[in-house]
Amino acid sequence: MNRYSVFSLIKNALSGHKNWKRAWRAPEPKSHYDVIIIGGGGHGLATAYYLAKEHGIRRVAVLEKGGLGSGNIGRNTTIVRSNYMLPANTKFYEHSMKLWEGLSKDLNYNMMFSQRGIINLAHTPSQMDAFSRRGNAMLIEGVDAELLTTKEISRRVPGLYTGKNTRFPIVGGLCQPRAGTARHDAVAWGYARGADNYGVDIIENCEVIGFIKDGDRVTGVKTTRGEISAPKVGISVAGNTSPVMKLAGVNKMPIEAHVLQAFVTEPLKPLINTVVTWGAGHLYISQSDKGGLVFGGDLDGYNSYAQRGNLPIFEHVAAAAVTMFPNLSRLKLLRNWGGIMDMSMDGSPIICKGPLPGLYLNAGWCYGGFKATPAAGWCFAYTIAKDEPHNLNAAFTLDRFYNGRELDEGGAGPYPAHQ
Amino acid sequence: MIIKCPHCGPREASEYTYVGDAKVIRPDHEDNDKDKWNDYVFMRCNPRGKHSEYWQHTSGCRAFLNVIRDTVSHKISNVILAGPWKIEAKK
Repeated sequence: MNRYSVFSLIKNALSGHKNWKRAWRAPEPKSHYDVIIIGGGGHGLATAYYLAKEHGIRRVAVLEKGGLGSGNIGRNTTIVRSNYMLPANTKFYEHSMKLWEGLSKDLNYNMMFSQRGIINLAHTPSQMDAFSRRGNAMLIEGVDAELLTTKEISRRVPGLYTGKNTRFPIVGGLCQPRAGTARHDAVAWGYARGADNYGVDIIENCEVIGFIKDGDRVTGVKTTRGEISAPKVGISVAGNTSPVMKLAGVNKMPIEAHVLQAFVTEPLKPLINTVVTWGAGHLYISQSDKGGLVFGGDLDGYNSYAQRGNLPIFEHVAAAAVTMFPNLSRLKLLRNWGGIMDMSMDGSPIICKGPLPGLYLNAGWCYGGFKATPAAGWCFAYTIAKDEPHNLNAAFTLDRFYNGRELDEGGAGPYPAHQ
Repeated sequence: MIIKCPHCGPREASEYTYVGDAKVIRPDHEDNDKDKWNDYVFMRCNPRGKHSEYWQHTSGCRAFLNVIRDTVSHKISNVILAGPWKIEAKK
């Protein structure tokens, strides 16, 4: 692998940037691998990278239906945080945060990881109580958290309306200073380059159309580019989990696919130097390095596999943004897109062995998949390599629903549209 | 999205509340079978394509509707009143 550094930059600048080598190969699929990962997005590529790096398993293929990183890794609002309350979630996302903090160096690829903090706004005294409880739960697990007064929030986020003349006045907030944003595409590219360097085959335009089974045991996959066998097959396909599981003969999952929209405005001068979330509804907003305000809100609220949503949510989310930042009211929206969320029935993810022998599952990320990318890959690789979960993902089982061990962070019950 | 209510005619989706998969069957109240309850509460077919689902016309007649909608194109092919009435929306 050609290491990227200031010297390689200078060297290539002198030759007019015409001699950069491609960052990963485009190999033909072989007929057999030790591990097949279905899904060449952030999670799948991270899994392949950690399989090779941490566990020495290098005969790995990552199969991607379209182009590398063309799914949810490029369809999110790039927010990274670990401000959870349930211990299983806090520990897992904090592990992810620690991986993020060393990721650019580990991968020799600039993730543009910017720890600009996240501020969750509270609008009632009881919400402040809930935030102090969550903040304390975070501190107990070694995560950073601080409660903010309205005055402090007003100082940190000057454009935010903190007055009383509104339906939901701000009474305070919870801040995680180490949270932030990262360059989403760079995550896919960095992991792809890192995995490829260890000998992992990344095979694009290779759709899985069926599974090869010996009785119940999965022994390989049928793809649009031929049959490939492997003793271990990992599924990491985000919103397409149910259709892919159906190919393996598993017809029902504790998952519903929903569409989540996100929006980008025209670029502005620096306005918001942190991530702000609204507490009276659902809105999260930050400013990209290009200057566009990136924001999103609720799911559209009905099952969908369309990577686009409908107008009511558009209006709802824009209204919330303008309530928070009245000076945005005349901004134009530049882009809008939808991503398909694999909403699990309790809002928490699934990283486990099974449900069939030879099969491994990484799914149910709801709308928290991006920030989890490093830890999801790390834990999924561990689970595949050792045939048992790591402590960090031991609670993320598929049978927790049946056994009454749901991880319902939001306390919303088994209603994906309300998570 | 526009949903044709059998009572009120074509109305915007924002008038309706999504209720969920119409194929899940609630077990009898007396039924102790854990598998059946697990299926009802948690397990979903989640099809990519035609989906039979319930919507309630909350800002209209408040009736529960059984809607057949494609989850890829969002195209609605049929709307009937949920329950024993089987009243279809005018095509």
